[in-house]
Amino acid sequence: MDDSASNSQALVPTLDGHVERRPKNTPAGVLLMVLKWMARAVVLVVMVDVVRILVTSKTIEWGTVAHYLTFGAILAGALTTLELTVAGMAIGIGIGVVLALMRLSPSTVMNAAASAYLWFFRGTPLLVQIIFLYNLASFIQRITVGIPFGGPTFFSWNTNSLITVTSAAVLALGLNQGAYMCEIVRAGILSVDEGQMEASLALGMTRRRAMRRIILPQAMPVVIPPTGNNAIALLKDSSLVSVISMKELLYQAQLIYSAQFNTIPLLVVVCIWYLAMTTVASVGQYYLERHFDRGSTRTPPPRFRTRFGRNLTSILRPGARMGSASDVAAAAQAGQRSGLGS
Amino acid sequence: MSAHSATEQPLLRLCGIHKRFGDNHVLRGVDLELAAREVVCLIGPSGSGKTTLLRCVNHLEVPTEGRAILQGELLGQYTRRGRLVSLPPRELAAQRAAIGMVFQHFNLFDHKTALENVTEAPIQVAGMSKHEARAIAGRLLESVGLAEKAHAYPRQLSGGQKQRVAIARALAMSPKLMLFDEPTSALDPEIVGEVLDVMRKLAHEGMTMLVATHEMTFARDVADRVVFMDGGVIVEQGPPSQVLTAPSHERTKRFLARLL
Ligand SMILES: Nc1ncnc2c1ncn2[C@@H]1O[C@H](COP(=O)(O)OP(=O)(O)OP(=O)(O)O)[C@@H](O)[C@H]1O
Ligand SMILES: [Mg+2]
Repeated sequence: MDDSASNSQALVPTLDGHVERRPKNTPAGVLLMVLKWMARAVVLVVMVDVVRILVTSKTIEWGTVAHYLTFGAILAGALTTLELTVAGMAIGIGIGVVLALMRLSPSTVMNAAASAYLWFFRGTPLLVQIIFLYNLASFIQRITVGIPFGGPTFFSWNTNSLITVTSAAVLALGLNQGAYMCEIVRAGILSVDEGQMEASLALGMTRRRAMRRIILPQAMPVVIPPTGNNAIALLKDSSLVSVISMKELLYQAQLIYSAQFNTIPLLVVVCIWYLAMTTVASVGQYYLERHFDRGSTRTPPPRFRTRFGRNLTSILRPGARMGSASDVAAAAQAGQRSGLGS
Repeated sequence: MSAHSATEQPLLRLCGIHKRFGDNHVLRGVDLELAAREVVCLIGPSGSGKTTLLRCVNHLEVPTEGRAILQGELLGQYTRRGRLVSLPPRELAAQRAAIGMVFQHFNLFDHKTALENVTEAPIQVAGMSKHEARAIAGRLLESVGLAEKAHAYPRQLSGGQKQRVAIARALAMSPKLMLFDEPTSALDPEIVGEVLDVMRKLAHEGMTMLVATHEMTFARDVADRVVFMDGGVIVEQGPPSQVLTAPSHERTKRFLARLL
């Protein structure tokens, strides 16, 4: 679609506005051209072969795949995965905003508490946190709300009755997500010019109102892209709660294949569902980004088809530039995530 | 224009304002009074503390020492058991609403249209109905010559237009006093005039204004009084004819000589 570049000569501005230099008819240029075409041919052959293996494989049993793709338990599992993602993100965003405000507050106590939270939840594996929370009852018997050090107690629960498979799963995912959302929200708030808060205060707004009406909305364009990436990551990471036998997509598939010994077809079913959900989520993220970009930048983000097309052509055409600024930020974010052992 | 008599209570009174940023003693005891309807221009070299003084008036910066009093009401502080303590945020906010401020870099809300910038505080802070706020904002934008830009976002406006919206935004809260911090310093020279014209009109309408500026022509034409600051103190003050043309202090002479 943006292939106008390949028809013309010399310096061609692409969609990004950067200029691509086409090789001239020198020996080096010709060699480069040949190498590029060879690389494309190799990639194409590999792709065709992968498709051939997928289609003709005996172990995949496409009939079985088709049967289980819309099987009741699998659909229920996919729905549970979605619910876990939504609940985990909701809790995560809530915790993230609170933690971000704590980290930005001048209070040392608030700051230290938030930092300790981040240190723990980003410094330990999510899988460990899930198992830990599920076994909380053997660590803390009762959860009580009251005045500490011998004061009166207002509420008290038995931890065992509070921590079910579902609540442990949702909480673990949400608490963990909160740590990552904190940094995203904080970066968003810091991206808004200080003058915005000053103007709000000068008009008679309280800090809280200024935060809600002026600062946070303007932080959105910075917050949304990495949040979308995190939501997609959480959608996949939610499969980890299968270890505490939460009946989400992967666990449902495991239940079936451990009885029927059709492991590969069911894992293919699982992959198809995850791909479907992450693809839909990516499209949703694009429209969300576009909505919140209003008024904040001079140029709107490229239309979805063009952006998608560019990412696709960048795979096939070695010369094309990869991704957009937000993709780069997302990549950095992803790197930071895995680097800290989520 | 200066309608102040000796007996009338000043609108704004600053008494012994000191401000320290760590070891940096920026304001070293500033006393200043503004009568109602008076226009005072604050001039002085960079770093002399003009911005800091303006920010101490509406407590964007808390003075280390001293008080600011608006119509007899102590700003940002109150007396509890004989000691001065900070006012709770809500009450401080209410006091700030009565003081308009215009910034060097406009600080318009970038995610809101010109009209929404002006209606935001009346609706959110003063509790005005949307309908009424829009009507008032429309009139204000018209008075700064931007009626047709009501639905433009700040990024679609020129610097001069942004600053005029910012003035309209501050006026929407019907302030008793307007603070201007170098409102034209970030503008291209050919655009400065349109903002100064709006300020001139405002002065003629009787707004009390404290203006930090490098625009000597504006000070000469519009100000009732010019205050020259240097090193965190007021060096001299008086009518523009006196301070700008026949300054009595060596430091003022040097500053003015450098400008010309
Ligand atoms: N928030 C702050 N923290 C520390 N120092 C500050 C702060 N704000 C101002 N200062 C210092 O106070 C001094 C006076 O600054 P101020 O901005 O009030 O001067 P000014 O007269 O407005 O100068 P200009 O004409 O350049 O705007 C400067 O030395 C500045 O470095
Ligand atoms: Mg200044």
